[in-house]
This record gives sequence, structure tokens and C-alpha cells, in this order.
Amino acid sequence: MSSALFATDLGKRYGRKWALSSCTLDIPTGHVVGLVGPNGAGKTTLLHLAVGLLTPSSGSLTVLDEAPASSAEQLGRIGFVAQDTPVFESLSIATHLHMGAALNPNWDAQLATQRIHDLGLDPNQRAGRLSGGQRAQLALTLAIAKRPSLLVLDEPVASLDPLARREFLAILMEVVAEHDVSIILSSHLVADLERVCDYLVVLASARVQVNGAIDDLLATHHRLVGTRRDLDNLPESVHVIESSHTERQTTATVSSADPILDPAWSVETLTLEDLVLAYMGQAEEQRRELVRPKGGVK
Amino acid sequence: MIEFRLNGNSGVSPYQQIVQQVKSALRLGRLRVGDQLPTVKEVVGKVAINPNTVLKAYRELEHEGLVAARPGIGTFVVNSFDETTYAAQRTLRRSLEVWIEKARRAGLDDESIEALFVDTFLFSPKELVR
Repeated sequence: MSSALFATDLGKRYGRKWALSSCTLDIPTGHVVGLVGPNGAGKTTLLHLAVGLLTPSSGSLTVLDEAPASSAEQLGRIGFVAQDTPVFESLSIATHLHMGAALNPNWDAQLATQRIHDLGLDPNQRAGRLSGGQRAQLALTLAIAKRPSLLVLDEPVASLDPLARREFLAILMEVVAEHDVSIILSSHLVADLERVCDYLVVLASARVQVNGAIDDLLATHHRLVGTRRDLDNLPESVHVIESSHTERQTTATVSSADPILDPAWSVETLTLEDLVLAYMGQAEEQRRELVRPKGGVK
Repeated sequence: MIEFRLNGNSGVSPYQQIVQQVKSALRLGRLRVGDQLPTVKEVVGKVAINPNTVLKAYRELEHEGLVAARPGIGTFVVNSFDETTYAAQRTLRRSLEVWIEKARRAGLDDESIEALFVDTFLFSPKELVR
């Protein structure tokens, strides 16, 4: 199977600060991939590396089995919608489409015109006068009409109201149903992505915390609740992500490929949001460990 | 044609909700043998979910022998639950409506009505004399 995105020990450094580090991923094609993480986690850096706007400081990556931006053909196979769905404010919608046609060898003019028509937009209108939702739809139209094999969208719905958000995601899913296209989209909210994605990458503190097909992730992660005890006695196959103790009770979020049979634990299923929050919590905990002064305060 | 609606807070996965809604429509006669289910593109264009979720639901319904996919045309209902009950359902619904009206007039709120119905239903004898 070919990879939509394949990264080995990928890192990007700005000055002394690593915006992304030790990123190893192998995302197969044919998925709608959700890239989730808090603001500043490195999502945009990873996406910019994937589309060739940035070059890695360490490690390597391929996108659709080629180095990003390695050739005009490679660029033609990737559609990118940057954060806040930028368009040229003073240019009309028609000029945007005309530009798309001139700049992209595989431009589907009929699809572009049809979509603008379906959205009820006037081709002569200047892009600067569109609503946020309309502007996002225009940016998506431009990215789709170049008929990419991979569509990369950076926080596409963050600035949209709930209705525009729903409409944008619905059209995106129509594109997936109709065309053979892989999608990577980022968001800092799991709720935005829960229904549309079937693959998840959680990024926090510049590192990939977990990634995989969502069905597999939900099947292998559990919440354990039981009377207070030490978690060291869990079988080796069980990996504790997050735990908390009260005087009498222990609660732990764990990953385990095998079912947990110990009757002392009551095993609960997790929602996708629980899972993401547990990994973000773990990343935050590790970050605090790093900055905590060793040997006490001077 | 059936239109799916998804409840985000029900704790039931979207794929299960689609399966349940098709089955419920079959039971109530809103979907009948020969009817077409909406295409995957139509469903995702309405409720904004991953197309694979719809495919998975349709595959399960197919596996249960309720629907069949005709390549290039669509997915159709090929089997239903006991269609002979449709006629009886209408009168039963009418008497339920009368009962609900009575309950409201007696001052029961919606939750009490539902609780009373479910409780009576669960504790009624399961075997009927035929």
C-alpha cells in the first residue's frame, strides 16, 4: 500500500526551539486523517513540511511516496488550503478560477464552475466581500478543482460558525465519496473531526503522541476503574497513559491490544475525545517534568 | 426515501445509528421492499460524516440480508420484517395516541409517560396466546 505521508524522525527547529521533533508516521492513502493538538503543538509546521513550504531540520519525509515539492507533478498531486482559507481579496471569483486553470495542468474547469454555481455564488463578486463560510468554500473549490490525490487543510473550520462548519465538512465528505482522494485536516477541537475522520494523529508538545485508524484506537484503549492500588502490577501488555488516585479509587486510561480480564477492574470504553485528552494530558505532564527544577528551588 | 439524522450525544456510534434507523423504518413500513436507500454521497452531503461510516452500515444491513447493492445503481431493500403487521400498526398507533392523550390530561409529563410505557412493556407477559 502506498503512503499518503511517510515521516522518519522528522524534526523542524526555529532557532533553539523545536517546533516538531522525532516525528515518525506512516499514513496509508485512502483515509481522512485528523491532525489534532492544542494551539502551538506543531500542527501547522507538520502540514507546511508536508506541502513543501518548509524544509526539515532533521529526518525525512515523503508525501505520496515522493519528496514534497520535488517536481511540478508532485505539487500538482497535492491541494493545500492554508489556515484561515486565504484568497485574493481584490480579485473576483471568476479570476480565481481563471488563475487556477492557468496554473494547474489537471484543472477541472467544469467542476470548479459547477461548484461555484451550486454554492449560489456570483462569479463576478470580489473575494474580499465573501462571508467567512463562502471564502472557505472558494478556497476548497480551488483546491479540489486541481484534482489532487491528497488534500491538506490547516484548521479549515476554526473560524466558521456551526452552520458553515457543517456545510464545509459535508461538501468535503462528498468529495471523498466521489473522488479517490486522501485528506489530512487539522483542528484543535476533536469534536470537529470526530465524524469525518477515520484516522487520527495526536500532536502535542511538538511530538506525535499517538496515531492510527480510529476504530483500532478505540478498540485498544480503555478506562480502568477500581479500588485504589498500585498500577505497577498490571500485565506488561497494558500501557498506562494517564492515571489518578483518590483515597479509595484508582482510575487509569490505558492502551492494551489484549482484553483486560482482571475482574478487580471495571473496564469502560472511551470516546475519541477522552482518548485525545488523555494523550494531551500525558504530554503536558511530561513537559512539566522537564521544566521542573531538579534538586529543589534555590 | 429515508433521511438519516445523527445524534452526537447519544453514545451510539453514527454507523450503528444508521443501521438502527433503517431497521426501524422497515419495521414501521416507512421503507419497503424495492425502495432505494440514499447513495453514500447523498448521506454524507447531508450529515457530514465519513463515507466509510455509511458503507460500513450498508454492508452490515447487506450481511443481514435486508438490503442489496446493485453496482452503479444503488442500494435497495430486498427483505423486510413481517409486512403483514403494517395494517395492524395503524390501529395500534391510533389507540396509543388516545392513551397518550389520556395520560397528558391526567397530568403526566413526557418522562412519566415514557417511563410508564416502558415499565408496563417490560413487565407484560412475553408469550401471547395465538
